[in-house]
Amino acid sequence: MSAVIDNHHADHAHGPAKGPMRWILTTNHKDIGSMYLWFSFAMFLLGGTLAMVIRAELFQPGLQLVQPEFFNQMTTMHGLIMVFGAVMPAFVGLANWMVPLMIGAPDMALPRMNNFSFWLLPAAFGLLISTLFMEGGAPNFGWTFYAPLSTTYGPDSTTFFIFAIHLAGISSIMGAINIIATILNLRAPGMTLMKMPLFVWTWLITAFLLIAVMPVLAGVVTMMLMDIHFGTSFFNAAGGGDPVLFQHIFWFFGHPEVYIMILPAFGAVSMIIPAFSRKPLFGYTSMVYATGAIAFLSFSVWAHHMFTVGIPLTGELFFMYATMLIAVPTGVKVFNWATTMFRGSLTFEAPMLFAIAFVILFTIGGFSGLMLAIAPADFQYHDTYFVVAHFHYVLVPGAIFGIFASAYYWLPKWTGYMYDEVLAKTHFWMSFVGMNLAFFPMHFVGLAGMPRRIPDYNMMFANFNMVSSVGAFMFGATQLLFLFIVIKCVRGGKPAPAKPWDGAEGLEWTVPSPAPYHTFSTPPEVK
Amino acid sequence: MKAEGLSTASLVKRLLLLVVGMFAFGFLLVPIYDVMCQAFGINGKTAGSVWQGQEQVDMQREVRVQFVSSNAEGMRWSFGPEDNEIMLHPGEARTVNFLAHNPTDRVMVAQAIPSVAPSRAAAFFHKTECFCFTQQVLQPGESIEMPVRFVVDPALPNDVRRLTLAYTLFDVTERMAASLDLAAVHTN
Repeated sequence: MSAVIDNHHADHAHGPAKGPMRWILTTNHKDIGSMYLWFSFAMFLLGGTLAMVIRAELFQPGLQLVQPEFFNQMTTMHGLIMVFGAVMPAFVGLANWMVPLMIGAPDMALPRMNNFSFWLLPAAFGLLISTLFMEGGAPNFGWTFYAPLSTTYGPDSTTFFIFAIHLAGISSIMGAINIIATILNLRAPGMTLMKMPLFVWTWLITAFLLIAVMPVLAGVVTMMLMDIHFGTSFFNAAGGGDPVLFQHIFWFFGHPEVYIMILPAFGAVSMIIPAFSRKPLFGYTSMVYATGAIAFLSFSVWAHHMFTVGIPLTGELFFMYATMLIAVPTGVKVFNWATTMFRGSLTFEAPMLFAIAFVILFTIGGFSGLMLAIAPADFQYHDTYFVVAHFHYVLVPGAIFGIFASAYYWLPKWTGYMYDEVLAKTHFWMSFVGMNLAFFPMHFVGLAGMPRRIPDYNMMFANFNMVSSVGAFMFGATQLLFLFIVIKCVRGGKPAPAKPWDGAEGLEWTVPSPAPYHTFSTPPEVK
Repeated sequence: MKAEGLSTASLVKRLLLLVVGMFAFGFLLVPIYDVMCQAFGINGKTAGSVWQGQEQVDMQREVRVQFVSSNAEGMRWSFGPEDNEIMLHPGEARTVNFLAHNPTDRVMVAQAIPSVAPSRAAAFFHKTECFCFTQQVLQPGESIEMPVRFVVDPALPNDVRRLTLAYTLFDVTERMAASLDLAAVHTN
């Protein structure tokens, strides 16, 4: 490895190749990071379009635009595309761009595998999206694909869905291996583990989570494949299997998966808040241990998704208390973010706005999560819009605001230009108002009993649903403004200095903006 | 780059090993799940909870046992219990018949899957004889009376006054065609 990296040819370092082959064959972490980010943004817009179909249908009670069968395909594909196509690749893209710059490495540890893990994604999502045009339709069983809905009763396209998940899973696993190898082996001399920026720390832990649970996801879809095509009975009661087993295996993957989608955002926010508070992060060490604790606990709470399947009382109590325990390290984090801001010299540029909204709104999602963790109460909330409100509060202002905050924070480093601050603040306020309008009323209709994944509903839910739909349209349309802001920033603007934020810390601000094609060919000095 | 620690190649090897291990663990969850369900008598699984029947009949208590039957998708037999419910004393062995009829014009094989509700009572429900222990083969138009003999354990928690034994009947003709020699049955 070192023979490749330790070359002393920095004096005649070459730039990128020309033409499309640059992108197809690239092994450069910045190119691959950019491709990940653009891909995830395309998937975000596509998944968002499906969400618009859902909200348009739910604008009024009754069936207006789509049939229930198609509506089910929309909810399923929206969830799958957003989870596996938008949020996860966006964080891998951020890791590709920023982890080597933050730890003073010249590139990722395994650059060729890096290229392969990106190019698997268009293949995976090409397969998945193609199911929308197939006879019998796309998968329609919800993103959780519970058996036997997805096995005995699934459409023919389920097999394509299974292979798409396999490919996306392989891509994630390779990405995770690459990130771990980079962080453990390519840190600049002097960059000890406890000096690493928090984004690097949270990604290291996330990568271990990915390696632990993505193979389990691959296993569960493989069992589905065997049940569908090879006559096994993992989830088929007639042959001695059990559908509840599916839920156990799925959520053994699924619960750590939700932390995979939020921990990198925790890391990014933990760097952005100190930068705009002009104070070092409060409680760095406790942040690292809290992240580790959340990751560790995430393996022992999966059955809180299954309180109503008939698990024994002792099981419900165990999973209830274990779930509530996660609030402790999460509370430590929120406390640290708030304390970092306390008596700081705060300014409110777009990254900081998104980061503050992240802290407040993610906490709301955390509290509704605590409500759902109470087993007896969950019998009322289960499969209602309250659950939809909860996980959208942790994913939209959680994961996605974390990505927006990161994007604005590092755009000057990526493009060499400052983004348009007025437009970015407009993007923030439109997103903030839109998403709260869309998701807050869902708490109320959920508590009143509106079930999730239905195209029609009782008249009494009509007003709140109309508000939700208006908010969703507003949030959706605003993302086109984000696309415009990014394109504008890529094409030009006020040139960005090496360190555009005066409170920012870290090695990535020691290289010029835009970051040269090759950085840290000689490891930097870390004090 | 670093003097201490593993080389990238051996680090990647270990991580790949972890990936393979976790993939295998996913499949290992299948037997673990079955063992857990049987050990704790959860999920309505009663199989394997053999009871020696040495205890006294508890004449002080009466428990209502209800019988529910349903057909899985595509199963066309008529299938149901002779009595919808019985009252019994814990410790007392009782037999209940289920009736099945094959209205189709082909030989069919069925498998009944039992479940006991509430699930925490499943461990106290002991079947000493059950048609669900084997598969049922019915000729076209044939009817059959299928007994299930069971005892409710006197150790059943006091607050459980009603038990439901539910059977779902599955058509396993195609599945069994491979292993059983149904061709011989067809020629009859």
